Amino acid sequence: MTSVLEIKDLHVEIDGKPILKGIDLTLKQGEIHAVMGPNGTGKSTLAQAIMGHPRYDVTQGEVLLDGENVLEMEVDERAHAGLFLGMQYPSEISGVTNSDFLRSAINSQREEGDEINLMQFIKKLDKNMNELEMDLDMSTRYLNEGFSGGEKKRNEILQLLMLEPKFGILDEIDSGLDIDALKVVSKGINSMRGENFGALIITHYQRLLNYITPDFVHVIMKGKVVKSGGKELAERLEAEGYEWIKDELGIEDETVVE
Amino acid sequence: MTTEVKDFKLDGESIIARSKERGEGDFIVGKKQEAIDKFDALEMPKPDKTRINRWDFFTVSSPVVNSEVYESLETLPNTVKEVVDLDVVENLYVQHNNTPAFLKVSDDLLEQGVIVENIFEASENHRELVEKYFMTDGVKIDEHKLAAYHAAMLNGGLFVYVPKNVKVPTPIQMVVLHDDENASLFNHLLLVADEGSEVTFVENYVSTVEESKEQLNIISEVIAKDNAKITYGAVDFLAAGFTGYANRRGVASNDATIDWALGLMNDSNVIYDNTTYLMGDRSNSDLKIVVVGRGDQRQNFTTKIIHYGKESNGHILKHGVMKDSATSIFNGIGQIKKGASGADAQQESRVLMLNDRARGDANPILLIDEDDVTAGHAASVGRVDPIQLFYLMSRGISQKEAERLVIHGFLAPVVKALPIESVKRQLTEVIELKVVSK
Repeated sequence: MTSVLEIKDLHVEIDGKPILKGIDLTLKQGEIHAVMGPNGTGKSTLAQAIMGHPRYDVTQGEVLLDGENVLEMEVDERAHAGLFLGMQYPSEISGVTNSDFLRSAINSQREEGDEINLMQFIKKLDKNMNELEMDLDMSTRYLNEGFSGGEKKRNEILQLLMLEPKFGILDEIDSGLDIDALKVVSKGINSMRGENFGALIITHYQRLLNYITPDFVHVIMKGKVVKSGGKELAERLEAEGYEWIKDELGIEDETVVE
Repeated sequence: MTTEVKDFKLDGESIIARSKERGEGDFIVGKKQEAIDKFDALEMPKPDKTRINRWDFFTVSSPVVNSEVYESLETLPNTVKEVVDLDVVENLYVQHNNTPAFLKVSDDLLEQGVIVENIFEASENHRELVEKYFMTDGVKIDEHKLAAYHAAMLNGGLFVYVPKNVKVPTPIQMVVLHDDENASLFNHLLLVADEGSEVTFVENYVSTVEESKEQLNIISEVIAKDNAKITYGAVDFLAAGFTGYANRRGVASNDATIDWALGLMNDSNVIYDNTTYLMGDRSNSDLKIVVVGRGDQRQNFTTKIIHYGKESNGHILKHGVMKDSATSIFNGIGQIKKGASGADAQQESRVLMLNDRARGDANPILLIDEDDVTAGHAASVGRVDPIQLFYLMSRGISQKEAERLVIHGFLAPVVKALPIESVKRQLTEVIELKVVSK
C-alpha cells in the first residue's frame, strides 16, 4: 500500500507569532517534493512542526499519515509511524556513541525480543557509511559532538538510511555543504528513492535539485504555498529569483522571522 | 536523638580503654589521645553554603562492630564479588563493617616491598612510615573537630606504601562492605607512593542495609612523592540515613601526578572535601567527580586544588544529576599561591536537574596570588535540554530512554576515567538505579 502524508490547512506559531498560515500539501510514497522559498518564510517551521518540535505551536489544521493525525502523537510515535526529519542543526549528545544511538533508534521501532542482530546492524552500518564516504570511526564518536557541519549532514542522512522511514523530511540538508559533500549526500538520498519512500526536501537553493530531481516543487511565501509546479519551476527560480512570483501574485516584501 | 554539636563531649577514657583492649598499638593509641586532648578547642568545618550546625555528626551506637571474616575469594559475599574482577584481581583488601575481613596481595608486590596492610597492623609493623605520613602532610588532626573526631574514633582503614621506582602493574582495590545498620565507618586510607613509583588504587563503599543512622567519617591521605603517579578511583554507595563526612586529600611533590575519578553516590547527607595540594613544581592533578542526588539528600561537594609548585596543573571536572528534592552545593576552588608561576588551574562544574524540587548550586572560585598563570572556569546548572530530547525522540526513542541516554552521556566522562572495569560497570549500574528509580 502506498502511504500518503497530507498536510491540511496547517497554521503554526512560535511564541505567539504566526508563521504558517494555512499550508496544504499532499505527498505520496514514491514522490519527491521540494519546498522552496526566500529566507524566513516558514519552510523550516513546516518541517519542525510536522515532527513536533517543542517550540512550535500548531494552532489550526492537521497532518495525516494514512489518515492518522500525527499531530496528536508524541514525537517518538511520529517516528514509529514512519516520519523522519533530517535536521538543519542536529543536536550534539555527549557520551552517547553514534552507533549505540543508532541501535537504540532502530530497536525502538521493533518489537521487544525482535531487536536487530548485532552482525546485521554492523553490516548495514558499514555499508551505509561507505556509501556516504564517512570515516568508520564516526560510529564510535559521540553523537554529532565535534562533527563539522558537513559531517553532521552526512550523519543525518546515515540515520535516514539506517531507519528507512516512509517519509523523509529534509530541512536544508544542503546548507553548509561543499560540492563534493553535496554529491555524496544526494547519492544517499537518491538511494532511498523508490515506491517505499517519499520525501519533502526543504531548500533555499536550487543546486541540490541538480542532484535530486524533484517530482514536484512548491514555493512558500508568507506562510502559504503560493505556487506549485514541476522541476522546471525550480529552474526558473534559480535563473530569475523569487521577484517574479511576488510580482505575479502582488506580494509585498517578506519579513524575516527565522 | 540529635546531639547538638556544642553539647557534645567526647568520652576520652572509654575511647582509650577500648583502643588498648583492641590492641590497636601505641602509635594509634597515642594519636587517639592527641585527638581527644585537642577536640574541645576545635571548630567544626565550615563547608561553604551548607549549614551543618544541625547535622548529627556524633551519634554512634556502636564504636566498633565485629563482623565475619572471609577465608577465600570464593567465600566473599556477592555484593563484594560484583565490584571485583574476580578473574584478574591480584591485590584486594575487604573490610566487613569495621573488621579486616580479607586480604590478598601478589607475591611479586610483597617481594618488591609494597605494603598493603590494615591501618592498625601497619602502624605496628611499619611504624616509622605510618608515623611519618599519618595525619601530618595531608589532613592534620587539629584541622577541625571532625578530623579530630575521626582520629579519636578510628575503627578501620588501610595503609598502602609503594617503594621507590616500583610500578604496581595491576590495581590495588579496597572494598568496604557495610551490612550492619549499627556500624559506623571511621575509615582511614593512607596511600604513599614513593619517588618514581606508580600505583592505581580503587575503593568501593557499599551498603546492603536499607538505612543506617550512624556515622560515615572517612579520610584518605594520598601522597605522591617526586615523580610518582597515583590514579585513584572510588565509588561510594552507602545507604540513606548516615551523617557523612568524606575527606580525600592529595599531596603531590615535584613532577608527581594524582588523578582522581570519584563516583559519589551515597544516599545520605554528606559533606565531601576533596583537596589536592600541588606542592611540587610540575605536579599535576586531574579530578573527575560524578554525583547523583535523590530523595531529600543534602550534600556539599567541595573540590579544591591548591597550587604551590611552578608549572603545576590542576583540572577539576564535576558532573552532577539532582532529582526528587535533593539539594547539592558544588564548590570548586582553584587556588594559585604566590610563586607558583606557570600554573594552570581549570575547572568545570555541570549540574543537571531532573525536576522542580531538586536544587543544585555550582560555585566556581579562583583565588590567584601569582601573575604568570592561566586559569579558567565554567559552570552551569540546567535541565535536560528539550531540543536534545526532541532530536532523540524524532528517531523513535521514547522520552524515558532519551532522558536515560542524555544522563548517562552527561556522566560518562567520569565513568570512563575509572580504572577498573568492574568498578566502571558498578558505577554505571548505580547511576542507572539512582536515576531511573522512582
